[in-house]
Amino acid sequence: RRERVCTMAALLAGSRVGAARAAARRGPLVSCRRWAGAPADTVYDVVVSGGGLVGAAMACALGYDIHFHDKKILLLEAGPKKVLEKLPETYSNRVSSISPGSATLLSSFGAWDHICNMRYRAFRRMQVWDACSEALIMFDKDNLDDMGYIVENDVIMHALTKQLEAVSDRVTVLYRSKAVGYTWPSPISMADSSPWVHITLGDGSTLQTKLLIGADGHNSGVRQAAGIQNVSWDYDQSAVVATLHLSEVTENNVAWQRFLPSGPIALLPLSDTLSSLVWSTSHEHAAELVSMDEENFVDAINSAFWSDANHTDFVDSASTMLHYAVAFLKPTKVSARQLPPSVAKVDAKSRVLFPLGLGHAAEYVRPRLALIGDAAHRVHPLAGQGVNMGFGDISSLVHHLRTAAFDGKDLGSMSHLTGYETDRQRHNTALLAATDLLKRLYSTSATPLVLLRTWGLQATNAVSPLKEQIMAFASK
Amino acid sequence: SKHLIFSPIYLGNQLSWTLQIKPWVFSKYRIMWFRSYRMTFACLNTMKSYRYPWTRLYSTSRTTVDSSEMKTFLALAHKWWDEQGVYAPLHSMNDLRVPFIRRDNLLKTIANHQPGKPLSGMKILDVGCGGGLLTEPLGRLGASVIGIDPVDENIKTAQRHKSFDPVLDQRVEYRVCSLEEIVEETAETFDAVIASEVVEHVIDLETFIQCCYQVLKPGGSLFITTINKTQLSYALGIVFSEQIAGIVPKGTHTWEKFVSPEKLESILESNGLSVQTVAGMIYNPFSGCWHWSGNTSLNYAAHAVKQEHTVPAELVLKGDTEEL
Repeated sequence: RRERVCTMAALLAGSRVGAARAAARRGPLVSCRRWAGAPADTVYDVVVSGGGLVGAAMACALGYDIHFHDKKILLLEAGPKKVLEKLPETYSNRVSSISPGSATLLSSFGAWDHICNMRYRAFRRMQVWDACSEALIMFDKDNLDDMGYIVENDVIMHALTKQLEAVSDRVTVLYRSKAVGYTWPSPISMADSSPWVHITLGDGSTLQTKLLIGADGHNSGVRQAAGIQNVSWDYDQSAVVATLHLSEVTENNVAWQRFLPSGPIALLPLSDTLSSLVWSTSHEHAAELVSMDEENFVDAINSAFWSDANHTDFVDSASTMLHYAVAFLKPTKVSARQLPPSVAKVDAKSRVLFPLGLGHAAEYVRPRLALIGDAAHRVHPLAGQGVNMGFGDISSLVHHLRTAAFDGKDLGSMSHLTGYETDRQRHNTALLAATDLLKRLYSTSATPLVLLRTWGLQATNAVSPLKEQIMAFASK
Repeated sequence: SKHLIFSPIYLGNQLSWTLQIKPWVFSKYRIMWFRSYRMTFACLNTMKSYRYPWTRLYSTSRTTVDSSEMKTFLALAHKWWDEQGVYAPLHSMNDLRVPFIRRDNLLKTIANHQPGKPLSGMKILDVGCGGGLLTEPLGRLGASVIGIDPVDENIKTAQRHKSFDPVLDQRVEYRVCSLEEIVEETAETFDAVIASEVVEHVIDLETFIQCCYQVLKPGGSLFITTINKTQLSYALGIVFSEQIAGIVPKGTHTWEKFVSPEKLESILESNGLSVQTVAGMIYNPFSGCWHWSGNTSLNYAAHAVKQEHTVPAELVLKGDTEEL
């Protein structure tokens, strides 16, 4: 009996079963004490490293999937647990544009309900226009479907944390825990060496996993430890975010973005009277914007949206010509220009800046490793796709893992991980390239390029099927 | 468990194995042999040198084994779990055979299965398990699986591989033995018996099928995948795969031992196993994937169910002894 108790303790100690048994032969009681007291080197099925929006959503998606009810899942988060005791009256300055596809993912594990019960704003139209010409593109849906949602990151994080609490029997979350070392299994399957990824935490404890998911942001420690090449560059831009009060109460269901030669400025609806600002501009200008007094800051925003100072007569007339041509060929349905709301005030202390860059991992997967979210790709915020690409990664990876689990496969096997990589690289590289191209195309006020992009934008605006394609791609 | 053959012992980091062979392993006269799929081929210099003397004794005691085959029995054992290696086709065959066993057949018999472990509560015997390539997935799906293989190197690899997974370590058990050796003690024990890529290595197929029948519970399922006996299978299975493309190690297959689906069906039916499905499988060596096909002229899979009231067990046993 005593031996059996020992064996049980040894089993709990995971991979050290053999060692415990060997010890048990020497002296059962001693080994029992030793192994019951020692921190168990647990073998997890999946460890998600990084508990941000994407990492926490990944852990949720696995925790709520019936195919993983028998699996051991762990989420590692360096920061503290983030739950909003009470929804703060002031809106947070960090918001995300959530596509309908991302909302579907969040609904699939119940997080969207929390968001709906807290705070979010749907938008039905999106107007993008050029500061150097009259060219504009208007995305809207014929039916009254939402194009997307602006949600505060804190609210999403709260919803995810709540949902993780509800599956704490299946998903373990270690807050204030950071992996400091990873040991990868040998590429050639060595008979005597452990086939799992070994993770050492900051407190010295160790654990093992059959699959490690790196969701630890654009400076991903997982990616670096795996030695995966990352193509990246910093843009000569920083983004300034702030919470803005509008001059008057409006429907406020349009997302606005104007391309200035210094970078795009976007106004995203938060409520009838509030909008969130994301202004990408040169580092110097960004620093200036953050430090200037509130009145000047508001003036700068209004001028950025309204000023025609960058227009040239030549481009204006060329654009007018195309406009007439389109109106002649296609008399109905050319979206009319709408005017953005004017800004009255900025929330005190809501102005923050952060540098922008682009990054893309050459590989998303290795044996027993998958990268998701910013760890795999970092994108300019101009398309509002950053977190949606991450959520798209989750949908794809969960789909592949679910099939693998139902077929009894080893979750860390490349046979299905490469399926995830193919699916997502196809989507993400297209989006990254398009975003980078737009950023570059609109960073200039050189006349030929302005003319080109003006005509391009006008033509795209006039061709509904093309516009629908773009919308369908962006709402995934 | 009294049938446990291996008990792993770790000495420091060095893993070594103590093998305790039960007397019954030696005591029985063996009628029938099967070899696990492409065990080995002749690179004697890679032979593992740490065999224990008794292992040789054990091997030579198998008098019905073709000794020239035994000489080619070499440890590619460490290659079993290399998904890109010589066993890659067997790894990718799991994409067909696991769903075939799980979704298409066994799940019909389990009401209210849990998607997380759909085969929970099932007892499965994997005959000729090799390194455990199919045994482990079935264990992950919740079944308790016994994998048997006459080649001790295979079982060592399988045993070691599962030992790293605490869940599998409990659900899966491996033994070095032939099917015939465990028939008596496991009569009417299993919900399913699997003989994947095995029957083409068996000397006496009819006896083999009778043994499968005996260890199955009434209503239990027998799953077989194997290779057809056609000119095409000779051309592709042996000439192309072994000689030209090198997909399969040389000497793996003997065409004479291949079985046609018609012959297999007739043996199954005449031994109380009612055939439910026979389906062709096609391997694409370029994509490395298997596909289902209506064409059974190369590889095929069969599913048969043990009828509730058919051939009495005494008759089957009698048949055995007569053949001896």
